[in-house]
Amino acid sequence: MVELGLFIIFAAAALFGAVTMVWARNPVYSAIGLMLTMFSIAVFYVSNGAHFIAAIQVIIYAGAVMTLFLFVIMLIGVDNPEDRVENLPLHRPAALALMVLFGAGVIVAGRSAWVTGRTVSGLGTIDGSIERVGGELFNNWLLPFEATALLLIVAAAGAIALAFFRDDEETGA
Amino acid sequence: MTVTPGWYMALAAVLFVIGVSGLLLRRNALVMFMSVELMLNAVNLTFVAAGRELNAIEGQISVLFVMVVAAAEVVVGLAIIVAVFRRRKTASVDELAGLKG
Repeated sequence: MVELGLFIIFAAAALFGAVTMVWARNPVYSAIGLMLTMFSIAVFYVSNGAHFIAAIQVIIYAGAVMTLFLFVIMLIGVDNPEDRVENLPLHRPAALALMVLFGAGVIVAGRSAWVTGRTVSGLGTIDGSIERVGGELFNNWLLPFEATALLLIVAAAGAIALAFFRDDEETGA
Repeated sequence: MTVTPGWYMALAAVLFVIGVSGLLLRRNALVMFMSVELMLNAVNLTFVAAGRELNAIEGQISVLFVMVVAAAEVVVGLAIIVAVFRRRKTASVDELAGLKG
């Protein structure tokens, strides 16, 4: 019963935040809306027993990533809200058709039964503590975990390389 | 009335479609990027709900890896947006028509 109440409240909050993110003309409001959605999803993680993932969600996504977004928004200025005039005539109908197509696909997939080789436990809770996640990660997923370290270093090096571009070094433009 | 994992998956599907709409309809590169983040979050919610339904911890492991990839993507993507803004003084993808024939 508690889970039902939490689901209703935070599903409404998540949808409100997501719609605000798409609808707001000011990017700051978009970032705040996305932050609300991410906090709501963290609550859903707790409801599903994924306590460690919920903590990571709040720290990395709602904390670090959204702070980075807000930094960049402030850096490149917020004083030019975009107009809503669309230049391509077929863009919006095509986009809406794609969204309807995807929704229909999700409904069709949701009505199918998938053979996964695992028994469905239904409503049982799953232990998402740090011990359980860490044990699984370092016993069975060690190589992918090390590969993420390489990925993060490459990403950081790429960001530094992009930051070293200067306008006077450009030939064209 | 109990909340089944299917509810979470339905909510994740709705969030994903909202993210797709933001990616398709907005032209501010930052908002498009935030839409991608929303889509990744919706998929993460699906992973966690499916992991609970199948009683498998691998769903949460997948979420962890998706978060790492998303963090790397944010770093590189925002660096590209800032680099483009420094040259073109705009963050709107419609004005980046340098390759237009």
